[in-house]
Amino acid sequence: MSTIKSLEDLKRVREEALKKRDLKASSGTVQVIVGMGTCGIAAGARDTMKSILDTIEKDSLSGIIVTQTGCIGICEKEPILQVVIGEAAKVTYGKVTPDIAKKILKEHVGNGKVVTDHMINI
Amino acid sequence: MRELSLHILDIAENSVSAKAKNITIEIVEDTKADLLKLSVQDDGRGMDSEMLVKVVDPFVTSRTTRKVGLGIPLLKAAAEECNGSFEITSRIGEGTKLIVQFQYSHIDRMPLGDYTTTMLHLLIANPQVHWMFLYRYNDHSFNFNDEPIKAELGGMSMSEPLILNWIREMLESGIADAQNNSKAGHVSKTQ
Repeated sequence: MSTIKSLEDLKRVREEALKKRDLKASSGTVQVIVGMGTCGIAAGARDTMKSILDTIEKDSLSGIIVTQTGCIGICEKEPILQVVIGEAAKVTYGKVTPDIAKKILKEHVGNGKVVTDHMINI
Repeated sequence: MRELSLHILDIAENSVSAKAKNITIEIVEDTKADLLKLSVQDDGRGMDSEMLVKVVDPFVTSRTTRKVGLGIPLLKAAAEECNGSFEITSRIGEGTKLIVQFQYSHIDRMPLGDYTTTMLHLLIANPQVHWMFLYRYNDHSFNFNDEPIKAELGGMSMSEPLILNWIREMLESGIADAQNNSKAGHVSKTQ
């Protein structure tokens, strides 16, 4: 009845993940950064993060590094999301709801098209 | 903040900022003792007694000198409104431990909320930290330690879709099992 997973199981999943990753041509590292200061969390950053993780899982987006930053001083624009693809300059988005996060992953991370509507200048 | 799991996230972020290498988060739901206990323990840089007084007072903090905000005072106030308690101990160079307790059934107690997402987030976004999550619901526990998982992954990112899915399901099922086993046990005793 117990559904607790074993490390043996993880070994199999890891090998599967390796195969899938190898099939995909590497297009440079993609880094997605979420603002996680108290201001960010209070503004809903965890829901934004949840949306990012859900999208990675559901759409099988491989090779994305998800990380976080503290308060960067524009609390009124939280939740903040930053995207860095390869050598390109960092793009900062403000007031990123779960839906907007999904859109950014799809258009910017997926197709390299910056979502200018939600971009902010810092 | 509307959920205790958001507070846990906020407090754990302080531990990450304090450069902790090991962070342990404990959640205890003890309905028999009518107690909800949360604790976050880290081995970060720690605070002296003067700083310790400041972090619990929302009016004397100074953002320019150090990362201190409203998070801790808000959590302390929330616990005290629910017949609970708040305790923070810290030592420079050794780390910080924060324990809050609530009366489980208190009408003003915030819901725990989505702590699977809180834990998943901390884990994925801070892979440099060794995370331990200890969860207990009455007599049944679920303990999560990321060390064997990271060893098995051998450097593969936890944000790879299949790995992410595996970890999320492990956290969800571990917590659900502890709750269900405890509730099932409770029912069979009273029958």
